[in-house]
Amino acid sequence: MILSKICRSTFLVVLLSMVLSACATQKTTTTATAIKKIDAQIQGDVYAGKDTVKYLAEGVPDRVFFATNESVLTTASRDTLRKQAAWLRKNSDVTVVLEGHCDERGTREYNLALGERRANAAKDYLMTYGVSSDRISVISYGKERPVDSGSTPLAWSKNRRSVTVKAN
Amino acid sequence: MKKIKYLIFLLFITIPTKSFSLIEVDITRGNLTPLPVAVSPLSYNQKSKLALEKVLKIEDLGAEISKVVENNLKKSGLFNPLIKDAFLQKPDIAHLKPRFEDWALIKAQALITGKVDLQDEKLRVEFRLWDVLAGKEMLALAFTTVPKNWRRVGHIITDKVYERLTGEKGYFDTRIIYVSEKGPKTKRIKKLAIMDQDGFNTKYLTLGNELVLTPRFNPTNQMITYLSYFRNLPRVYILDIETGIQEVVGDFAGMTFAPRFSPDGKKIIMSFAKDGNSDIWTMDLENRIIKKITTHPSIDTSPSYSPDGKYITFNSDRSGYQQIYVMKSDGSKVKRISFGNGLYGTPVWSPRGDLIAFTKLHKGKFYIGVMRTDGKGERLLTENYYQEAPSWSPNGRVIIFYRETKSDHQGEGFSAKLWSIDLTGYNERMVETETDASDPSWSSLLSN
Repeated sequence: MILSKICRSTFLVVLLSMVLSACATQKTTTTATAIKKIDAQIQGDVYAGKDTVKYLAEGVPDRVFFATNESVLTTASRDTLRKQAAWLRKNSDVTVVLEGHCDERGTREYNLALGERRANAAKDYLMTYGVSSDRISVISYGKERPVDSGSTPLAWSKNRRSVTVKAN
Repeated sequence: MKKIKYLIFLLFITIPTKSFSLIEVDITRGNLTPLPVAVSPLSYNQKSKLALEKVLKIEDLGAEISKVVENNLKKSGLFNPLIKDAFLQKPDIAHLKPRFEDWALIKAQALITGKVDLQDEKLRVEFRLWDVLAGKEMLALAFTTVPKNWRRVGHIITDKVYERLTGEKGYFDTRIIYVSEKGPKTKRIKKLAIMDQDGFNTKYLTLGNELVLTPRFNPTNQMITYLSYFRNLPRVYILDIETGIQEVVGDFAGMTFAPRFSPDGKKIIMSFAKDGNSDIWTMDLENRIIKKITTHPSIDTSPSYSPDGKYITFNSDRSGYQQIYVMKSDGSKVKRISFGNGLYGTPVWSPRGDLIAFTKLHKGKFYIGVMRTDGKGERLLTENYYQEAPSWSPNGRVIIFYRETKSDHQGEGFSAKLWSIDLTGYNERMVETETDASDPSWSSLLSN
């Protein structure tokens, strides 16, 4: 009697653990593919995709992306900004506004300052490549104008950006 | 026989202590049993009742004012207003001389009674606070005001009761200025809004044509300073609430933001960002003289004065990450005070002077906390997905802040709401607003 009870409960436990482990493996595989997908778009915490990117001219992306809490330009960002500088040198009547933005994971006031710092990092680089400072103005929106409303690392990475906008 | 002796002895020791020490409410501890209090509806004679009905279009003003008081007491977390159905005594008679046995029977420890009149088109209100167990009057006051201020009467009564029972000033006759939010996250429309501390009498001060952020009161509550993106130039403004006149104060070639008034109301302290560097500046509102307070290539922002005006606490990433600093108000003797794990922002000096409230970001969570002004005794009051921008009640016992929820890529699930929590870490509750809301700032007491 008791034995059969034990047997039954062991059977139940075994069954349950089998079901559970099946669930677990399934879950890990889906998250793994999801992570892979995101990894392709975020490199070292910086957005590397093209989803939100617009173009000032053919082959001249309008924006650069930053790592969390950072205003350092990545190799890809410097490449984009050199293309922008070349385009601006060719079109000498164009003036631009650099809009600095942050993700939603920071306090509002600090983000305003960080957005300003990001836009200025881009401005400095454009100036090094021959664009006069009086053609560039800078504005920070902090975390006020995200492009992606999501609360995910991918959405945040798209929102940490400096966008070069034609002003005239 | 023995029993009777014992009882007599008990009476002797209990009666004197009761009559000497009236009820007291300790607000320094959390999670205590709220004090049961009966708020009798305010009474009036038939003539005043009809006249008030005509003037205010409110059927039973006496009951409405007592509801304001009840609601305030309940939300404070320190009091438990009893259900009126159980009240045995009529309001007018209770106000003259309560039958304490009746009130003790329903377990009330304190009783509030009152009377309203309309005299020469003015609203006259008197009220009394009674200690039910001691059978004594603790407080009696009367005041006169314009009838449309009737909600404020309820708040002032609450303040007086709170002060009498806790020994500290109240925070009920106050207002909250905040940013009202609407629309999708990517194109959020923001307006300045002001309301009574209990969420009533909301007024919108801007139309939503330009982005506005971080409004804060001046010490007399007539002016606010805030950040506006008017004409796409982020600048610090001041606004006179009565006249509606707005004026730019931080019109430098760069962005000015994170403004607050000095404790004497004569200066604005704010951040000024230029060429990727944010520093703290002050502007004297009388002579418009500006002064640079910090000089450092890092981000210096979110400045807040100590109540005596001698010190400033602020947020800086000069160590590499966002931390909290304190300096003398001339910018000398800069000292870092936050050393815990994580990032620290939005320091705000308590009106009592002894604490600094802050936002902390650690391992993907946001906390509202307090620490002493030397950085010791850090205490985290609440943890959430996202919350920031603490602002103190004028008595330094409650902190209001805003909290945002997660959303999907379409922005579904997003909300921004005001919340308050006691300094004890207890009594956390949402503050009702007509719309989504952020960046709250608490006024000082409107009347004293």
